[in-house]
Amino acid sequence: MLALIPAFPLLGFLVNAALGRRLSKTLSGGIASAAMVASFLVSVAVVLGLAGLPPDRRAVEQTVYTWIASGDFVLDLTFRVDPLAAVMILIVSGVGALIHIYSTAYMHEEPDGEYARYFSYLNLFAAFMLVLVLGANFLVLFVGWEGVGLCSYLLIGFWFRKKSAADAGKKAFVVNRIGDYAFILGVLLLVSRFGTLDFQQLASAVSTLPVEEGVFGVLSIATLLLFIGATGKSAQIPLYTWLPDAMEGPTPVSALIHAATMVTAGVYMIGRNAVLFSHAPETMLIVAVVGALTALMAATIGLVQHDIKRVLAYSTVSQLGLMFLAMGVGAFGAGIFHLYTHAFFKALLFLGSGAVIHALHGEQDIRRMGGLRPYLPITYWTFLIGSLAIAGVPFLSGFFSKDEILYETFHEGHTLLWVMAAATSLLTATYMFRLVFLTFHGERQAGASGTPVGATGDPRRASPPDVDASEHRLGAEAHRPGAGLHGQAVDPHRHGAPAHLHDAPPAMGLVLVALAIGAVLAGYVGIPHALGGHNQLGAWLAPSFAPPGAPPLEAAALTAEETALELALMGVSSAIAIGGILLAAVIWLRRRELAAALAERYRAIHTLLLHKYYVDEIYDAAVVHPIQRGSEQGLWRGFDVAVVDGAVNGAGAIVAEGSGLLRRLQTGSVRAYAGSMFIGVVVILGYYLWR
Amino acid sequence: MIPLGHYLFVSAVLFAIGTAGVFMRRNLITILLSIEIMLNAVNLSFVAFGRQLGTVDGQIIVFFVMTVAAAEAAVGLAIVIALFRHRESLNPDAFTSLKW
Repeated sequence: MLALIPAFPLLGFLVNAALGRRLSKTLSGGIASAAMVASFLVSVAVVLGLAGLPPDRRAVEQTVYTWIASGDFVLDLTFRVDPLAAVMILIVSGVGALIHIYSTAYMHEEPDGEYARYFSYLNLFAAFMLVLVLGANFLVLFVGWEGVGLCSYLLIGFWFRKKSAADAGKKAFVVNRIGDYAFILGVLLLVSRFGTLDFQQLASAVSTLPVEEGVFGVLSIATLLLFIGATGKSAQIPLYTWLPDAMEGPTPVSALIHAATMVTAGVYMIGRNAVLFSHAPETMLIVAVVGALTALMAATIGLVQHDIKRVLAYSTVSQLGLMFLAMGVGAFGAGIFHLYTHAFFKALLFLGSGAVIHALHGEQDIRRMGGLRPYLPITYWTFLIGSLAIAGVPFLSGFFSKDEILYETFHEGHTLLWVMAAATSLLTATYMFRLVFLTFHGERQAGASGTPVGATGDPRRASPPDVDASEHRLGAEAHRPGAGLHGQAVDPHRHGAPAHLHDAPPAMGLVLVALAIGAVLAGYVGIPHALGGHNQLGAWLAPSFAPPGAPPLEAAALTAEETALELALMGVSSAIAIGGILLAAVIWLRRRELAAALAERYRAIHTLLLHKYYVDEIYDAAVVHPIQRGSEQGLWRGFDVAVVDGAVNGAGAIVAEGSGLLRRLQTGSVRAYAGSMFIGVVVILGYYLWR
Repeated sequence: MIPLGHYLFVSAVLFAIGTAGVFMRRNLITILLSIEIMLNAVNLSFVAFGRQLGTVDGQIIVFFVMTVAAAEAAVGLAIVIALFRHRESLNPDAFTSLKW
C-alpha cells in the first residue's frame, strides 16, 4: 500500500519518458496529473488508517525488500508512515497534484515532446520526494534526497538552450552536492557509532544517551553534518545562493520544488531526527542562529529585488530560515506547521506570479508591471490572499504558524532571535505588499508588456524566459502570425493590444482558487491553546518527535502568564504584520517617489541589498575562482598536461629515440653483420678460454 | 716429425688471413676466395689432428668440406654474377638495401 504512493508518479514518469513523444499534450499531461491524484488518494487513505490507531502506535511500515545484508548490518528498503510523514505525503502529493494540473495549462505552448519531457521530470520529482519522506532509514531518505536534487537540476535547466538556465541548474546541483557531502559524512558517522540507520532504532539508541550539554560529542558532530546537508537542500546560509538562480526554471517548478516541497526536505530531515537533534543542544543553537540570520538577510534582499520570482525566492529562503529557527529552538511542531502552511501560500504566490508572467508573455520585472488588477481579477485576489497569509495577518494560515514560531522562540528565552524573527516578519509584510502594489496597483507602466518584445531595450528581458525558449526551438514558425504548429496559441498573446491581457485559463484559475482556500484555512488545524484551540497538528505530530514507545506527553496546560504572554506576542506580531503592510502602502501605493528618495538617501545600503550583499561575488572570488585557477593552472596545465600527458608522451618519445639509435645497427651491409658476428664469437670464446 | 703446434699455427695464420680478406677487401670475388682460404685453414687443422690422433675421421670431414666448398663456390659465383648484372658493381658496400 505504502509503496503505491511513490509508485504512481514513477509509473507516470516511465510512461511519459518512454512514450512521451508520441502522446498528445492532453494525454501526457493527463497521465502525469492522474498519477499524482492517484498518489494523493492513496495517501489520504493511508493517513485515515493511521489516524485510527492509538497515538503512541501510529506508524505503518512496509518493507519492499532487503537492500543490503552484510554481517550484522541489515538495511531494508522500508517505507514508514508516521504522523510527520503523513503530513508530508499529503503536502507533497496534494500540492503536487494541483501544480501538475496548473502546469498542463502553463506549459501548453511547448511542443509535444518537450511537454512530455516536462511532465516526466515533474512526476519523477514527485516520486523521489515521496520516497524521501516515506523512507524509514537514512539511506532510503538519501535516495530521495539525491533524486529530488537531480530532478531539480533537470527542471531548472529545462530550457537548457538558454545559457542562464543551464548555468542555474549547474549551480543548484553543485551547491547541493557540497551539502550532500557533509550529509553523507553525518550518516556514516551515525552508522559507525550506532550500527543502524533506521530512524526509530536510532532514536531509541540515542534516547538512552545523555544530552551533550556544553560538549561537542559524536551526536553534535553528526547532527551538525546533517544540518550542513540541510543548508544545501533547504537554501540556508551559507549554501542558499542557488535558490534565487533556480528561478530560471518554469514557474510551476519554482512553486512545487523551490517553494513548497523539495526545499523543505532539510526541515523535514531535522524533524525526522528530532531526538538526535534534541540531544545536541550545541547544534540546535547553531541551527537556530543560522535560521534567524538567513531569515533576516533574505528578507532584506527581497525588499529591493525587481524580478517578481526572485522576490518570492528570497521570501522562500527567509521563510525556510524561520522554520529552521523553530527547529533550532526545539519547537519541531511549530517548524513543521509553518512548513505545511508555507506550502500552500508560497505555492499560491508562485503560481499567481506564474499567471502574471503568463499574461504578460514572460515579463518578470515588476518595474514594468502595474495596474494589472482589473485585467487579472482571479490572479489578483488569490495573490492578495497569499500575501496576507505570508505576512501573518490574523486568522489566515501564516498567522498561526508564524506566531507559534515567534512564541516558542521567545518562550525558550532567545530574545535576540525573537527580535530578528520579528524584524523578518515586518520585512516580509513589506516586501510582499511592495510586490502586490507594484504588480497590480498603480498605473500600467510605459513599455510594459503587451508592447512588442524587444521594445523594452534590455536584451535579456527581451527574451522572456517562460515563453521564449519554446520559440527558439520553433524558429521562425512561431513568428509567422497565425501560422505554424502553435501559431494559434501564440498569436493572441503576441500581437494583442494591452487590452487583451487575459486572466489565468481555467486549469490555472481553479488551482489558484484551491490553493487560496488552503492558504486561508490550512492554519485552523493548529489553533494555539491561547486562542481556545487545541493545536491538533502539534498533538498529532508530537509522537514523531519523541523516541518510539515513549509515553505520550500530556500537553502541559498553559499557565495564565503563558497565555497572557502568547496573546501579547500575538498582538505584537499582528501589529507588525499590519504595520508592514501599511508601510508598503505608504511607500509604494501613495508616494512612489518616496521609494526612490529612500534608495537615494541610503544609497550604500540599497546597492548592497540590490547586489545581494555581494555574496555571489564573494563566493566567486573565494571559492569558484581559486578552484578554476587551480584546475586550470594546477590540475590541467600542471598535472594533466605535464604529468599524465607527459608520462604517455614521454614513454612514446623514449621508445622512438631509443629505436632511432638502435636502428643505426641495421646497416644492411652484410659485411658489417659478419663483422659483428665475428666479434661476438671472439668475445664469447675469449670469455670461456680465459675464464 | 713436425709437431702439431706448427700445423695449428699455420692454420690459424691462414684463417686470420682469410678473415681479414673477408672484412677488408672490396671485391666480392676476392671475398669468396678469402672464404676458401678460411675453409682450407680449417681443413689443415682437421688433417693435422687426424694424423696426430691416428684416426681417419679428420680426413673424412675434410672431404665433406671440400665438396661443400665446391658447391659453395658454384652458388656464390652465380650470386655474384646476378648481383653484378643488377648493380654493375662488385663492391659489397653497394648492396645495403637489406634493411628496414
